[in-house]
Amino acid sequence: MNKSIELKDGSQIAVIGGGPAGSFFAYFALDFAERYGMDIGVDIIEGKDFNCAGPTGCNHCGGIVSESLIQSLSTEGIILPSNVIRRGIESYTMHLEQGSTVIETPLNEQRIASMFRGLGPRGIKDNEQLSFDNYLMELSHQKGATLISGRVTETKKTPDGIVLKTKDGFEKKYDLVVGAVGLNARTFKLFQQINPSFVPPKTTKTHICEFHLGKDMINEYFGNSMHVFLLNLPNIKFGALIPKGNYVTMVLLGSDINKEIVAAFLESEPVRSCFPEDIDLNDYMPCQCYPSINILGAKSAFDDRMILIGDSASSKLYKNGIGAAYITAKAAARTAIFEGVSKHDFKKHYQPVCNELDRDNIIGKFIFLVTTVIQKSPILKKGLLRMVVKEQKKEKNKRYMSSVLWDTFTGSAPYTDIFKRTLNPILIKNLIGNTFSGLIIGTKSK
Amino acid sequence: MKSNKLGRLYQNGEEVIKQGEMGDCLYVIQEGVVEVIDESGEKEIKLAELGESEFFGEMGLFEKDVRSCTVRAKGDAKIMTIDKRNFYKTIQKDPSLAYRLLEKMSNRLRETNKKLRNKE
Ligand SMILES: Cc1cc2nc3c(=O)[nH]c(=O)nc-3n(C[C@H](O)[C@H](O)[C@H](O)COP(=O)(O)OP(=O)(O)OC[C@H]3O[C@@H](n4cnc5c(N)ncnc54)[C@H](O)[C@@H]3O)c2cc1C
Repeated sequence: MNKSIELKDGSQIAVIGGGPAGSFFAYFALDFAERYGMDIGVDIIEGKDFNCAGPTGCNHCGGIVSESLIQSLSTEGIILPSNVIRRGIESYTMHLEQGSTVIETPLNEQRIASMFRGLGPRGIKDNEQLSFDNYLMELSHQKGATLISGRVTETKKTPDGIVLKTKDGFEKKYDLVVGAVGLNARTFKLFQQINPSFVPPKTTKTHICEFHLGKDMINEYFGNSMHVFLLNLPNIKFGALIPKGNYVTMVLLGSDINKEIVAAFLESEPVRSCFPEDIDLNDYMPCQCYPSINILGAKSAFDDRMILIGDSASSKLYKNGIGAAYITAKAAARTAIFEGVSKHDFKKHYQPVCNELDRDNIIGKFIFLVTTVIQKSPILKKGLLRMVVKEQKKEKNKRYMSSVLWDTFTGSAPYTDIFKRTLNPILIKNLIGNTFSGLIIGTKSK
Repeated sequence: MKSNKLGRLYQNGEEVIKQGEMGDCLYVIQEGVVEVIDESGEKEIKLAELGESEFFGEMGLFEKDVRSCTVRAKGDAKIMTIDKRNFYKTIQKDPSLAYRLLEKMSNRLRETNKKLRNKE
Protein backbone atom coordinates (compact mmCIF):
# COMPACT_ATOMS: atom_id res chain seq x y z
CA MET A 1 0.00 0.00 0.00
CA ASN A 2 1.55 3.29 -1.12
CA LYS A 3 -0.74 5.57 0.85
CA SER A 4 0.63 8.22 3.14
CA ILE A 5 -0.64 8.52 6.71
CA GLU A 6 -0.27 12.09 7.87
CA LEU A 7 -0.01 13.45 11.38
CA LYS A 8 -2.34 16.29 12.26
CA ASP A 9 -3.11 18.65 15.14
CA GLY A 10 -3.56 16.58 18.27
CA SER A 11 -1.57 13.58 16.98
CA GLN A 12 0.24 11.65 19.69
CA ILE A 13 3.74 10.22 19.32
CA ALA A 14 5.42 7.79 21.71
CA VAL A 15 9.19 7.58 21.82
CA ILE A 16 10.34 4.41 23.58
CA GLY A 17 13.82 5.10 24.97
CA GLY A 18 15.24 8.41 26.15
CA GLY A 19 18.82 7.85 24.98
CA PRO A 20 20.29 10.29 22.44
CA ALA A 21 18.21 8.96 19.52
CA GLY A 22 14.92 9.25 21.45
CA SER A 23 15.66 12.72 22.79
CA PHE A 24 16.88 14.03 19.45
CA PHE A 25 13.75 12.66 17.76
CA ALA A 26 11.44 14.29 20.30
CA TYR A 27 13.32 17.60 20.15
CA PHE A 28 13.29 17.85 16.36
CA ALA A 29 9.77 16.49 15.86
CA LEU A 30 8.49 19.21 18.21
CA ASP A 31 10.72 21.85 16.61
CA PHE A 32 9.58 20.98 13.07
CA ALA A 33 5.93 20.74 14.13
CA GLU A 34 6.14 24.20 15.72
CA ARG A 35 7.70 25.72 12.59
CA TYR A 36 5.09 23.96 10.43
CA GLY A 37 2.23 25.13 12.65
CA MET A 38 1.19 21.69 13.84
CA ASP A 39 0.27 20.91 17.42
CA ILE A 40 1.42 17.41 18.39
CA GLY A 41 2.07 15.60 21.65
CA VAL A 42 5.30 13.66 22.24
CA ASP A 43 5.83 11.26 25.16
CA ILE A 44 9.27 9.86 25.91
CA ILE A 45 9.04 6.61 27.86
CA GLU A 46 12.36 5.69 29.49
CA GLY A 47 13.08 2.89 31.93
CA LYS A 48 16.37 4.21 33.36
CA ASP A 49 17.09 7.07 35.71
CA PHE A 50 20.09 8.83 34.18
CA ASN A 51 20.67 10.71 37.42
CA CYS A 52 21.94 7.53 39.06
CA ALA A 53 25.60 6.61 39.31
CA GLY A 54 26.85 3.29 37.98
CA PRO A 55 25.14 0.91 35.53
CA THR A 56 21.57 1.81 36.61
CA GLY A 57 21.85 5.26 35.06
CA CYS A 58 24.22 4.51 32.22
CA ASN A 59 23.86 3.77 28.51
CA HIS A 60 27.32 2.23 28.29
CA CYS A 61 29.55 4.17 25.94
CA GLY A 62 33.01 5.72 25.61
CA GLY A 63 31.46 9.13 26.10
CA ILE A 64 32.99 11.04 23.22
CA VAL A 65 30.82 13.63 21.49
CA SER A 66 32.37 13.98 18.06
CA GLU A 67 33.55 17.13 16.36
CA SER A 68 30.94 16.85 13.60
CA LEU A 69 28.09 16.42 16.09
CA ILE A 70 29.30 19.31 18.25
CA GLN A 71 29.40 21.50 15.12
CA SER A 72 25.91 20.49 14.00
CA LEU A 73 24.47 20.96 17.49
CA SER A 74 26.12 24.37 17.79
CA THR A 75 24.54 25.40 14.48
CA GLU A 76 21.20 24.21 15.86
CA GLY A 77 21.78 26.42 18.92
CA ILE A 78 22.36 23.45 21.24
CA ILE A 79 25.42 24.24 23.35
CA LEU A 80 26.60 21.51 25.70
CA PRO A 81 26.68 22.96 29.22
CA SER A 82 29.92 23.08 31.19
CA ASN A 83 28.58 20.66 33.82
CA VAL A 84 27.84 18.00 31.21
CA ILE A 85 31.27 18.19 29.59
CA ARG A 86 33.85 16.35 31.71
CA ARG A 87 36.73 17.49 29.51
CA GLY A 88 37.30 19.24 26.18
CA ILE A 89 39.60 17.04 24.10
CA GLU A 90 42.49 18.94 22.49
CA SER A 91 44.51 16.21 20.84
CA TYR A 92 44.82 12.50 20.19
CA THR A 93 47.91 10.61 21.31
CA MET A 94 48.55 7.60 19.11
CA HIS A 95 50.39 4.72 20.78
CA LEU A 96 52.04 1.89 18.88
CA GLU A 97 54.56 -0.67 20.13
CA GLN A 98 57.09 1.41 18.17
CA GLY A 99 56.41 4.67 19.99
CA SER A 100 53.84 7.40 20.50
CA THR A 101 52.97 10.71 18.91
CA VAL A 102 50.47 13.47 19.50
CA ILE A 103 48.06 14.46 16.74
CA GLU A 104 46.85 17.97 17.36
CA THR A 105 43.34 19.19 16.62
CA PRO A 106 43.25 20.73 13.13
CA LEU A 107 42.22 24.12 14.60
CA ASN A 108 43.39 25.50 17.91
CA GLU A 109 40.08 25.01 19.61
CA GLN A 110 38.41 22.28 21.64
CA ARG A 111 35.75 20.68 19.49
CA ILE A 112 35.35 17.27 21.10
CA ALA A 113 33.75 16.65 24.48
CA SER A 114 34.10 13.74 26.85
CA MET A 115 31.08 13.05 29.05
CA PHE A 116 29.28 10.40 31.06
CA ARG A 117 25.96 9.10 29.78
CA GLY A 118 24.64 8.73 33.33
CA LEU A 119 25.84 10.52 36.43
CA GLY A 120 29.15 8.67 36.29
CA PRO A 121 30.84 5.47 37.47
CA ARG A 122 29.68 3.62 40.59
CA GLY A 123 30.45 5.63 43.72
CA ILE A 124 31.05 8.97 41.95
CA LYS A 125 30.98 11.86 44.41
CA ASP A 126 31.26 14.78 42.00
CA ASN A 127 27.67 15.99 42.23
CA GLU A 128 28.18 19.19 40.27
CA GLN A 129 28.49 17.25 37.02
CA LEU A 130 25.43 16.05 35.09
CA SER A 131 24.47 13.19 32.83
CA PHE A 132 24.62 13.73 29.05
CA ASP A 133 21.52 11.62 28.37
CA ASN A 134 19.60 13.46 31.06
CA TYR A 135 20.64 16.81 29.58
CA LEU A 136 19.28 15.80 26.14
CA MET A 137 16.08 14.44 27.65
CA GLU A 138 15.55 17.68 29.60
CA LEU A 139 16.18 19.64 26.40
CA SER A 140 13.36 17.80 24.65
CA HIS A 141 11.22 18.25 27.75
CA GLN A 142 11.77 22.02 27.48
CA LYS A 143 10.66 21.79 23.84
CA GLY A 144 7.40 20.25 25.05
CA ALA A 145 7.95 16.51 25.34
CA THR A 146 6.36 14.70 28.29
CA LEU A 147 8.76 12.41 30.16
CA ILE A 148 7.27 9.17 31.37
CA SER A 149 9.35 6.97 33.63
CA GLY A 150 8.70 3.29 32.95
CA ARG A 151 9.51 0.28 30.85
CA VAL A 152 7.30 -0.56 27.87
CA THR A 153 6.28 -4.21 28.10
CA GLU A 154 3.48 -4.50 25.54
CA THR A 155 2.77 -3.23 22.04
CA LYS A 156 -0.50 -3.83 20.15
CA LYS A 157 -1.46 -2.71 16.67
CA THR A 158 -5.01 -1.39 16.10
CA PRO A 159 -6.48 -0.12 12.79
CA ASP A 160 -5.74 3.51 13.65
CA GLY A 161 -2.79 3.40 16.02
CA ILE A 162 -0.48 1.44 18.29
CA VAL A 163 -1.26 0.82 21.96
CA LEU A 164 1.62 0.76 24.44
CA LYS A 165 1.58 -0.56 27.98
CA THR A 166 4.27 -0.14 30.62
CA LYS A 167 5.20 -2.35 33.53
CA ASP A 168 3.53 0.11 35.95
CA GLY A 169 0.16 -0.05 34.21
CA PHE A 170 0.39 3.07 32.02
CA GLU A 171 -1.52 2.53 28.76
CA LYS A 172 -2.07 4.81 25.77
CA LYS A 173 -2.82 4.67 22.05
CA TYR A 174 -0.43 6.53 19.75
CA ASP A 175 -0.50 7.66 16.12
CA LEU A 176 3.21 6.91 15.81
CA VAL A 177 5.56 4.79 17.91
CA VAL A 178 9.28 5.50 17.65
CA GLY A 179 11.67 2.82 18.88
CA ALA A 180 14.87 4.37 20.18
CA VAL A 181 15.63 1.37 22.35
CA GLY A 182 19.33 0.96 21.62
CA LEU A 183 20.25 -2.72 21.30
CA ASN A 184 17.73 -4.02 23.84
CA ALA A 185 16.84 -7.53 22.62
CA ARG A 186 13.73 -7.82 24.79
CA THR A 187 12.26 -4.59 23.45
CA PHE A 188 13.11 -5.62 19.89
CA LYS A 189 10.66 -8.53 20.38
CA LEU A 190 7.90 -6.00 21.11
CA PHE A 191 8.61 -4.36 17.77
CA GLN A 192 8.69 -7.72 15.98
CA GLN A 193 5.18 -8.32 17.32
CA ILE A 194 3.88 -5.25 15.46
CA ASN A 195 6.27 -5.59 12.51
CA PRO A 196 7.24 -9.26 11.96
CA SER A 197 9.62 -8.39 9.11
CA PHE A 198 11.86 -6.28 11.40
CA VAL A 199 15.34 -7.83 11.68
CA PRO A 200 17.34 -6.31 14.57
CA PRO A 201 20.91 -5.08 14.02
CA LYS A 202 23.86 -7.46 14.38
CA THR A 203 26.09 -6.82 17.36
CA THR A 204 29.38 -7.78 18.95
CA LYS A 205 30.74 -7.49 22.50
CA THR A 206 32.97 -4.59 23.51
CA HIS A 207 34.52 -3.51 26.79
CA ILE A 208 34.42 -0.38 28.90
CA CYS A 209 35.97 0.25 32.29
CA GLU A 210 36.59 3.30 34.41
CA PHE A 211 39.70 4.24 36.39
CA HIS A 212 39.26 6.64 39.27
CA LEU A 213 42.64 8.37 39.24
CA GLY A 214 41.74 11.89 40.38
CA LYS A 215 42.23 15.17 38.52
CA ASP A 216 45.91 15.70 39.36
CA MET A 217 47.03 12.29 38.16
CA ILE A 218 44.93 12.63 35.02
CA ASN A 219 46.30 16.09 34.26
CA GLU A 220 49.83 14.79 34.66
CA TYR A 221 49.51 11.52 32.74
CA PHE A 222 46.74 12.11 30.20
CA GLY A 223 46.03 15.84 29.98
CA ASN A 224 43.22 16.77 27.60
CA SER A 225 44.35 14.18 25.10
CA MET A 226 42.49 11.04 24.11
CA HIS A 227 44.95 8.16 23.95
CA VAL A 228 44.39 5.66 21.15
CA PHE A 229 46.21 2.37 20.67
CA LEU A 230 46.98 0.48 17.49
CA LEU A 231 48.53 -2.64 18.98
CA ASN A 232 49.13 -6.08 17.61
CA LEU A 233 46.66 -7.83 19.91
CA PRO A 234 43.99 -10.33 18.84
CA ASN A 235 40.35 -9.20 18.38
CA ILE A 236 41.07 -5.54 19.23
CA LYS A 237 40.46 -3.11 16.39
CA PHE A 238 40.69 -0.04 18.53
CA GLY A 239 41.57 0.72 22.13
CA ALA A 240 41.32 4.09 23.81
CA LEU A 241 41.82 5.84 27.14
CA ILE A 242 39.56 8.86 27.49
CA PRO A 243 40.19 11.42 30.25
CA LYS A 244 37.08 12.76 32.01
CA GLY A 245 37.25 14.89 35.14
CA ASN A 246 38.44 12.52 37.88
CA TYR A 247 38.19 9.40 35.71
CA VAL A 248 39.75 7.78 32.70
CA THR A 249 37.46 5.59 30.60
CA MET A 250 38.99 2.65 28.77
CA VAL A 251 37.21 1.45 25.64
CA LEU A 252 38.03 -1.66 23.64
CA LEU A 253 36.30 -2.22 20.31
CA GLY A 254 36.71 -5.18 18.02
CA SER A 255 35.12 -8.60 17.96
CA ASP A 256 33.90 -10.53 20.98
CA ILE A 257 36.10 -8.80 23.53
CA ASN A 258 36.48 -10.90 26.70
CA LYS A 259 38.38 -10.87 30.01
CA GLU A 260 41.59 -12.38 28.57
CA ILE A 261 41.72 -9.83 25.75
CA VAL A 262 41.18 -7.00 28.24
CA ALA A 263 43.97 -8.33 30.47
CA ALA A 264 46.37 -8.58 27.51
CA PHE A 265 45.60 -5.00 26.52
CA LEU A 266 46.08 -3.67 30.05
CA GLU A 267 49.36 -5.54 30.47
CA SER A 268 50.83 -4.35 27.17
CA GLU A 269 53.74 -1.96 27.54
CA PRO A 270 52.22 1.00 25.59
CA VAL A 271 49.06 0.92 27.75
CA ARG A 272 50.81 0.33 31.07
CA SER A 273 53.23 3.19 30.41
CA CYS A 274 50.33 5.66 30.22
CA PHE A 275 49.62 5.08 33.93
CA PRO A 276 51.82 5.77 36.97
CA GLU A 277 54.20 2.83 37.46
CA ASP A 278 53.45 2.11 41.10
CA ILE A 279 49.67 1.69 41.04
CA ASP A 280 47.62 -1.49 40.76
CA LEU A 281 44.91 -0.59 38.25
CA ASN A 282 42.46 -3.07 39.81
CA ASP A 283 42.34 -0.85 42.91
CA TYR A 284 41.17 2.11 40.81
CA MET A 285 38.40 0.42 38.81
CA PRO A 286 34.89 1.11 40.21
CA CYS A 287 32.97 0.05 37.11
CA GLN A 288 33.35 -2.19 34.10
CA CYS A 289 31.04 -3.75 31.53
CA TYR A 290 30.90 -5.65 28.25
CA PRO A 291 28.20 -3.86 26.24
CA SER A 292 27.13 -4.74 22.70
CA ILE A 293 27.75 -2.48 19.74
CA ASN A 294 25.86 -2.27 16.43
CA ILE A 295 28.02 -3.68 13.60
CA LEU A 296 25.34 -4.23 10.94
CA GLY A 297 22.18 -2.17 10.48
CA ALA A 298 18.65 -3.51 11.06
CA LYS A 299 16.31 -4.51 8.23
CA SER A 300 12.71 -3.32 7.79
CA ALA A 301 13.10 -0.91 10.69
CA PHE A 302 9.74 0.72 9.95
CA ASP A 303 6.15 0.00 9.10
CA ASP A 304 2.89 1.96 9.17
CA ARG A 305 2.99 4.13 12.32
CA MET A 306 6.22 2.64 13.67
CA ILE A 307 9.88 3.37 13.14
CA LEU A 308 13.17 2.44 14.79
CA ILE A 309 16.02 4.92 15.02
CA GLY A 310 19.54 5.26 16.45
CA ASP A 311 21.34 2.04 17.40
CA SER A 312 18.08 0.12 16.88
CA ALA A 313 18.29 0.90 13.14
CA SER A 314 21.61 1.97 11.55
CA SER A 315 24.67 3.39 13.25
CA LYS A 316 28.23 4.32 12.34
CA LEU A 317 30.64 1.40 12.64
CA TYR A 318 32.67 1.65 15.88
CA LYS A 319 32.54 5.46 16.03
CA ASN A 320 30.27 8.40 16.68
CA GLY A 321 27.16 6.32 17.38
CA ILE A 322 25.59 9.37 19.01
CA GLY A 323 26.23 11.38 15.83
CA ALA A 324 24.54 8.61 13.82
CA ALA A 325 21.64 8.62 16.31
CA TYR A 326 21.27 12.37 15.68
CA ILE A 327 21.19 11.76 11.91
CA THR A 328 18.61 8.94 11.95
CA ALA A 329 16.47 10.64 14.64
CA LYS A 330 16.32 13.87 12.69
CA ALA A 331 15.56 12.08 9.42
CA ALA A 332 12.71 10.20 11.11
CA ALA A 333 11.36 13.43 12.65
CA ARG A 334 11.53 15.24 9.26
CA THR A 335 9.67 12.38 7.60
CA ALA A 336 7.00 12.13 10.31
CA ILE A 337 6.21 15.84 10.36
CA PHE A 338 6.60 16.89 6.73
CA GLU A 339 5.83 13.67 4.82
CA GLY A 340 3.84 11.16 6.84
CA VAL A 341 4.11 8.08 9.01
CA SER A 342 3.22 5.23 6.68
CA LYS A 343 5.62 2.47 5.67
CA HIS A 344 5.73 4.07 2.23
CA ASP A 345 6.68 7.49 3.66
CA PHE A 346 9.50 6.02 5.74
CA LYS A 347 10.72 3.92 2.84
CA LYS A 348 10.91 6.95 0.58
CA HIS A 349 12.33 9.51 2.99
CA TYR A 350 13.97 7.66 5.91
CA GLN A 351 15.39 4.49 4.39
CA PRO A 352 17.88 6.39 2.12
CA VAL A 353 19.47 7.95 5.22
CA CYS A 354 19.97 4.50 6.81
CA ASN A 355 21.21 3.14 3.49
CA GLU A 356 23.84 5.86 3.32
CA LEU A 357 25.08 5.01 6.83
CA ASP A 358 25.12 1.29 5.95
CA ARG A 359 27.01 1.92 2.70
CA ASP A 360 29.52 4.10 4.51
CA ASN A 361 30.06 1.30 7.04
CA ILE A 362 31.10 -1.04 4.22
CA ILE A 363 33.95 1.38 3.46
CA GLY A 364 34.49 1.64 7.24
CA LYS A 365 34.92 -2.13 7.43
CA PHE A 366 37.54 -1.93 4.70
CA ILE A 367 39.37 0.88 6.54
CA PHE A 368 39.42 -1.20 9.74
CA LEU A 369 40.67 -4.19 7.73
CA VAL A 370 43.58 -2.08 6.46
CA THR A 371 44.15 -0.84 10.02
CA THR A 372 44.34 -4.47 11.18
CA VAL A 373 46.98 -5.18 8.53
CA ILE A 374 48.95 -2.14 9.72
CA GLN A 375 48.46 -3.20 13.37
CA LYS A 376 50.15 -6.51 12.58
CA SER A 377 53.08 -5.04 10.66
CA PRO A 378 55.88 -3.42 12.71
CA ILE A 379 57.45 -2.06 9.50
CA LEU A 380 54.28 -0.27 8.38
CA LYS A 381 53.65 1.01 11.91
CA LYS A 382 57.15 2.47 12.07
CA GLY A 383 56.55 4.18 8.72
CA LEU A 384 53.19 5.50 9.89
CA LEU A 385 54.67 6.84 13.10
CA ARG A 386 57.58 8.55 11.31
CA MET A 387 55.16 10.13 8.87
CA VAL A 388 52.84 11.51 11.54
CA VAL A 389 55.72 12.81 13.67
CA LYS A 390 57.12 14.68 10.65
CA GLU A 391 53.69 15.98 9.61
CA GLN A 392 53.01 17.48 13.02
CA LYS A 393 55.88 19.92 12.35
CA LYS A 394 54.33 20.97 9.02
CA GLU A 395 51.55 23.44 8.20
CA LYS A 396 48.11 22.09 9.07
CA ASN A 397 46.94 21.69 5.47
CA LYS A 398 49.91 19.44 4.69
CA ARG A 399 49.19 16.91 7.43
CA TYR A 400 47.59 14.32 5.15
CA MET A 401 48.02 11.17 7.24
CA SER A 402 47.33 13.04 10.49
CA SER A 403 44.02 14.30 9.17
CA VAL A 404 43.05 10.79 7.99
CA LEU A 405 43.92 9.36 11.41
CA TRP A 406 42.20 12.25 13.20
CA ASP A 407 38.94 11.62 11.37
CA THR A 408 39.22 7.83 11.77
CA PHE A 409 39.81 8.12 15.52
CA THR A 410 37.27 10.86 16.15
CA GLY A 411 34.59 9.46 13.83
CA SER A 412 33.97 12.99 12.59
CA ALA A 413 33.97 12.35 8.85
CA PRO A 414 32.17 9.67 6.84
CA TYR A 415 34.40 6.66 6.11
CA THR A 416 33.93 7.32 2.38
CA ASP A 417 35.55 10.78 2.73
CA ILE A 418 38.40 9.32 4.77
CA PHE A 419 38.94 6.58 2.20
CA LYS A 420 39.05 9.09 -0.66
CA ARG A 421 41.72 11.04 1.20
CA THR A 422 43.87 7.93 1.65
CA LEU A 423 44.09 7.73 -2.15
CA ASN A 424 45.94 11.07 -2.23
CA PRO A 425 49.20 10.32 -4.14
CA ILE A 426 51.22 12.53 -1.74
CA LEU A 427 49.97 10.54 1.26
CA ILE A 428 50.79 7.22 -0.41
CA LYS A 429 54.22 8.47 -1.56
CA ASN A 430 55.09 9.77 1.91
CA LEU A 431 53.95 6.57 3.62
CA ILE A 432 56.05 4.43 1.26
CA GLY A 433 58.99 6.84 1.68
CA ASN A 434 58.78 6.81 5.46
CA THR A 435 58.37 3.04 5.59
CA PHE A 436 61.47 2.50 3.44
CA SER A 437 63.61 5.06 5.24
CA GLY A 438 62.52 3.45 8.51
CA LEU A 439 63.66 0.10 7.13
CA ILE A 440 67.05 1.48 6.02
CA ILE A 441 67.67 3.27 9.32
CA GLY A 442 66.55 0.13 11.16
CA THR A 443 68.97 -2.08 9.18
CA LYS A 444 71.86 0.37 9.61
CA SER A 445 71.36 0.67 13.35
CA LYS A 446 71.36 -3.13 13.63
CA MET B 1 37.40 31.09 32.76
CA LYS B 2 37.20 27.78 34.60
CA SER B 3 34.40 26.16 32.67
CA ASN B 4 34.61 22.98 30.60
CA LYS B 5 32.90 24.62 27.63
CA LEU B 6 34.28 23.86 24.18
CA GLY B 7 35.67 26.23 21.56
CA ARG B 8 38.58 28.62 21.68
CA LEU B 9 39.06 31.00 24.57
CA TYR B 10 39.18 34.71 23.65
CA GLN B 11 40.36 37.15 26.29
CA ASN B 12 38.52 40.35 27.08
CA GLY B 13 38.92 42.75 24.13
CA GLU B 14 40.43 40.15 21.80
CA GLU B 15 39.17 40.37 18.21
CA VAL B 16 37.47 37.31 16.79
CA ILE B 17 36.90 38.83 13.36
CA LYS B 18 38.13 42.10 11.94
CA GLN B 19 36.11 44.38 9.70
CA GLY B 20 37.53 44.47 6.16
CA GLU B 21 39.34 41.15 6.39
CA MET B 22 38.32 38.11 4.37
CA GLY B 23 36.67 35.29 6.25
CA ASP B 24 34.51 32.31 5.42
CA CYS B 25 33.44 30.65 8.62
CA LEU B 26 30.59 30.95 11.05
CA TYR B 27 31.16 31.43 14.77
CA VAL B 28 28.93 30.16 17.56
CA ILE B 29 29.33 31.53 21.08
CA GLN B 30 29.65 28.69 23.58
CA GLU B 31 30.06 30.96 26.60
CA GLY B 32 30.43 34.66 27.33
CA VAL B 33 29.54 37.78 25.38
CA VAL B 34 30.91 39.49 22.26
CA GLU B 35 30.43 42.99 20.90
CA VAL B 36 29.68 43.62 17.23
CA ILE B 37 31.32 46.87 16.19
CA ASP B 38 31.22 49.03 13.08
CA GLU B 39 34.64 50.59 12.55
CA SER B 40 33.95 52.23 9.20
CA GLY B 41 33.47 55.76 10.57
CA GLU B 42 35.78 57.88 12.65
CA LYS B 43 34.23 56.58 15.81
CA GLU B 44 33.47 52.99 16.63
CA ILE B 45 29.75 52.22 16.80
CA LYS B 46 28.57 49.25 18.85
CA LEU B 47 25.88 47.53 16.81
CA ALA B 48 25.01 44.64 19.07
CA GLU B 49 26.00 42.38 21.90
CA LEU B 50 25.65 38.65 21.42
CA GLY B 51 25.61 35.91 24.05
CA GLU B 52 25.62 32.14 24.45
CA SER B 53 24.37 30.05 21.51
CA GLU B 54 24.17 33.11 19.22
CA PHE B 55 26.21 33.16 16.03
CA PHE B 56 28.03 35.69 13.88
CA GLY B 57 30.05 35.72 10.68
CA GLU B 58 27.19 34.09 8.74
CA MET B 59 27.66 36.45 5.77
CA GLY B 60 31.05 34.83 5.20
CA LEU B 61 29.26 31.54 4.53
CA PHE B 62 27.10 32.94 1.78
CA GLU B 63 29.17 35.76 0.24
CA LYS B 64 32.75 36.03 -0.93
CA ASP B 65 33.34 39.38 0.68
CA VAL B 66 35.20 41.00 3.53
CA ARG B 67 33.84 40.98 7.08
CA SER B 68 31.29 43.79 7.50
CA CYS B 69 31.96 44.33 11.23
CA THR B 70 34.53 43.67 13.89
CA VAL B 71 33.59 41.24 16.65
CA ARG B 72 35.39 41.44 19.97
CA ALA B 73 35.14 39.46 23.19
CA LYS B 74 33.57 41.40 26.08
CA GLY B 75 35.08 39.63 29.03
CA ASP B 76 36.40 36.14 28.41
CA ALA B 77 34.43 34.21 25.81
CA LYS B 78 34.57 30.70 24.34
CA ILE B 79 33.76 30.51 20.67
CA MET B 80 33.46 27.65 18.20
CA THR B 81 34.18 27.94 14.49
CA ILE B 82 31.93 26.20 11.97
CA ASP B 83 33.89 25.61 8.78
CA LYS B 84 32.26 26.62 5.52
CA ARG B 85 32.92 23.27 3.83
CA ASN B 86 31.53 21.23 6.71
CA PHE B 87 28.52 23.51 6.85
CA TYR B 88 27.68 23.11 3.17
CA LYS B 89 28.29 19.37 3.19
CA THR B 90 25.95 18.99 6.14
CA ILE B 91 23.12 21.20 4.89
CA GLN B 92 23.32 19.45 1.54
CA LYS B 93 22.19 16.31 3.37
CA ASP B 94 20.02 18.01 5.98
CA PRO B 95 18.67 21.39 4.82
CA SER B 96 16.78 21.82 8.09
CA LEU B 97 20.13 22.64 9.72
CA ALA B 98 19.79 26.05 8.09
CA TYR B 99 16.35 26.84 9.63
CA ARG B 100 17.82 28.50 12.68
CA LEU B 101 20.28 30.53 10.62
CA LEU B 102 17.47 31.76 8.39
CA GLU B 103 15.30 32.55 11.39
CA LYS B 104 18.06 34.58 13.08
CA MET B 105 19.00 36.36 9.87
CA SER B 106 15.37 37.30 9.39
CA ASN B 107 15.29 38.60 13.01
CA ARG B 108 18.37 40.69 12.33
CA LEU B 109 16.82 42.16 9.18
CA ARG B 110 13.71 43.06 11.16
CA GLU B 111 15.89 44.75 13.82
CA THR B 112 17.80 46.70 11.18
CA ASN B 113 14.56 47.85 9.53
CA LYS B 114 13.29 48.99 12.92
CA LYS B 115 16.48 50.96 13.56
CA LEU B 116 16.30 52.60 10.11
CA ARG B 117 12.66 53.52 10.65
CA ASN B 118 13.51 55.10 14.02
CA LYS B 119 16.25 57.17 12.36
CA GLU B 120 13.91 58.60 9.70
C1 LIG C 1 31.97 0.36 24.02
C2 LIG C 1 31.20 1.43 23.32
C3 LIG C 1 31.76 2.69 23.21
C4 LIG C 1 31.07 3.69 22.53
N1 LIG C 1 31.61 4.92 22.48
C5 LIG C 1 30.97 5.91 21.85
C6 LIG C 1 31.50 7.23 21.85
O1 LIG C 1 32.52 7.51 22.46
N2 LIG C 1 30.83 8.19 21.17
C7 LIG C 1 29.67 7.92 20.49
O2 LIG C 1 29.15 8.83 19.86
N3 LIG C 1 29.12 6.68 20.53
C8 LIG C 1 29.74 5.68 21.19
N4 LIG C 1 29.17 4.44 21.26
C9 LIG C 1 27.89 4.21 20.59
C10 LIG C 1 26.73 4.82 21.39
O3 LIG C 1 26.76 4.36 22.71
C11 LIG C 1 25.39 4.48 20.76
O4 LIG C 1 25.47 4.63 19.37
C12 LIG C 1 24.28 5.39 21.30
O5 LIG C 1 24.12 5.18 22.65
C13 LIG C 1 22.97 5.12 20.56
O6 LIG C 1 21.95 5.86 21.15
P1 LIG C 1 20.44 5.32 21.17
O7 LIG C 1 19.64 6.40 21.74
O8 LIG C 1 20.11 4.77 19.84
O9 LIG C 1 20.47 4.04 22.14
P2 LIG C 1 20.80 3.97 23.71
O10 LIG C 1 21.75 4.99 24.09
O11 LIG C 1 21.15 2.55 23.95
O12 LIG C 1 19.41 4.30 24.42
C14 LIG C 1 18.33 3.39 24.40
C15 LIG C 1 17.41 3.71 25.55
O13 LIG C 1 16.21 2.97 25.42
C16 LIG C 1 15.78 2.58 26.72
N5 LIG C 1 14.88 1.43 26.56
C17 LIG C 1 15.13 0.25 25.94
N6 LIG C 1 14.03 -0.54 26.01
C18 LIG C 1 13.07 0.16 26.68
C19 LIG C 1 11.74 -0.12 27.06
N7 LIG C 1 11.14 -1.29 26.78
N8 LIG C 1 11.04 0.83 27.73
C20 LIG C 1 11.62 2.04 28.04
N9 LIG C 1 12.88 2.34 27.72
C21 LIG C 1 13.60 1.42 27.03
C22 LIG C 1 17.09 2.23 27.43
O14 LIG C 1 16.91 2.28 28.84
C23 LIG C 1 18.01 3.32 26.90
O15 LIG C 1 18.02 4.46 27.74
C24 LIG C 1 29.81 3.41 21.94
C25 LIG C 1 29.25 2.14 22.08
C26 LIG C 1 29.92 1.16 22.77
C27 LIG C 1 29.30 -0.17 22.92
